[in-house]
Amino acid sequence: MSVQSHDQAGLAAGLRTSDKPLGRDDLARLVARDIKPGSFVNLGIGQPTLVSNYLKPEQNITLHTENGMLGMGPEATGDQIDGDLINAGKIPVTELPGASYFHHADSFAIMRGGHLDICVLGAFQVSATGDLANWHTGAPDAIPAVGGAMDLATGAKDVFVMMTLLTREGVSKLVETCTYPLTGIGCVTRVYTDKAVFLTGPGGVQVRETFGCTLEELQAMVPVPLTAAPAVGS
Amino acid sequence: MLNFPENVNEAVAGIQDGSTVMIGGFGNAGQPFELIDALMDCGAKDLTVVNNNAGQGDQGLALLIKEGRVKKMICSFPRQSDSWHFDAKYRAGEIELELVPQGNLAERIRAAGAGIGGFFTPTGYGTMLAEGKETRILDGRGQVFETPIHADVALIKALKADGKGNLVYRKTARNFGPIMAAAAKHTIVQVSGIVPTGGLDPEIIVTPGIYVNSIVKVA
Repeated sequence: MSVQSHDQAGLAAGLRTSDKPLGRDDLARLVARDIKPGSFVNLGIGQPTLVSNYLKPEQNITLHTENGMLGMGPEATGDQIDGDLINAGKIPVTELPGASYFHHADSFAIMRGGHLDICVLGAFQVSATGDLANWHTGAPDAIPAVGGAMDLATGAKDVFVMMTLLTREGVSKLVETCTYPLTGIGCVTRVYTDKAVFLTGPGGVQVRETFGCTLEELQAMVPVPLTAAPAVGS
Repeated sequence: MLNFPENVNEAVAGIQDGSTVMIGGFGNAGQPFELIDALMDCGAKDLTVVNNNAGQGDQGLALLIKEGRVKKMICSFPRQSDSWHFDAKYRAGEIELELVPQGNLAERIRAAGAGIGGFFTPTGYGTMLAEGKETRILDGRGQVFETPIHADVALIKALKADGKGNLVYRKTARNFGPIMAAAAKHTIVQVSGIVPTGGLDPEIIVTPGIYVNSIVKVA
């Protein structure tokens, strides 16, 4: 076991890729960079939408919006605004050459059928085994609204979550077991936070990189066991 | 038999109290505002309404809810920043809500139009929206049994119709239109233009006229 520990120490030393926590835009830039060229991607409402600002044309990414479109372009401005052309957040958007429109059952068949490579979602909590809670606080007076969250979580080949690691009260949103109502079970594959990137799955939680903290400091904030991920491509 | 009412009031005149009414649209895109206004005017009540949302602002479906004409909403996303009329009725216990994940909503509507008695889907498995529903492990995944949603009437919006009731839509305003047209016993469509039979290329028709009962042109 000492060999493994030694490896872990070596890996942990190379994990810190930034001296300070990442801001929302830096995190969006990182997610955009990690999306493989040619992917079909759905970006959830809120923070994940920022990712589109950092996708490069040479990545050749096709964006899906669940209200019925592939090939969605940037947000519409001025004369481009057309009430018949909106995204899932009901914001006017544009179409890119090669775009297509389809009805709602087809749009969700695209998700459920496993045709999307990646969806990027926000979260209230993610568990160590990749369970996701992002639709409902469960508060008794809250009016529940789910939209396409469960379909996205269940359908895409990879589910990336973007969130701050800690709540405003300083509690970790990466948890052993979600206490908020679940969106999907074992669906999250990566968690991008301001303090670290985590890989989740049946083997537990691995840390790919940290921002402004060491693995030890990170472990002190998070109530699930963390290990350093083997470096990719080394 | 396909008909072409003179106006929206004539188009919705047959809608009865207690009907299940599907209303197309995602947000304001594809929402048939003129038909909904006519439904308000015709006085039908105790309605079950199927829509993705539960009304926005002070127009369309939101007003129908405000006036107490909707006893039940079947939808995926009722709570929005401007859904105050639904929020008030819900908090007062004056409206029933069946909350359905959006893709399950779409597929349940599609299933009704396609004559499917129900289907298993992984969406929602293990969540509170699957509580009380039959589940199975299929292809190694937990799946939930969902049933079709049928309707008495569908109110939808398309761009153009021809004399046979064939429809084409515009951009993301298509959304629920094609599947609701097939799922309802009586489908009423508002369009911005009606072209003569043969005036739409058969290759680009999205909803074939067999699903359509009434077409009304609105300004």
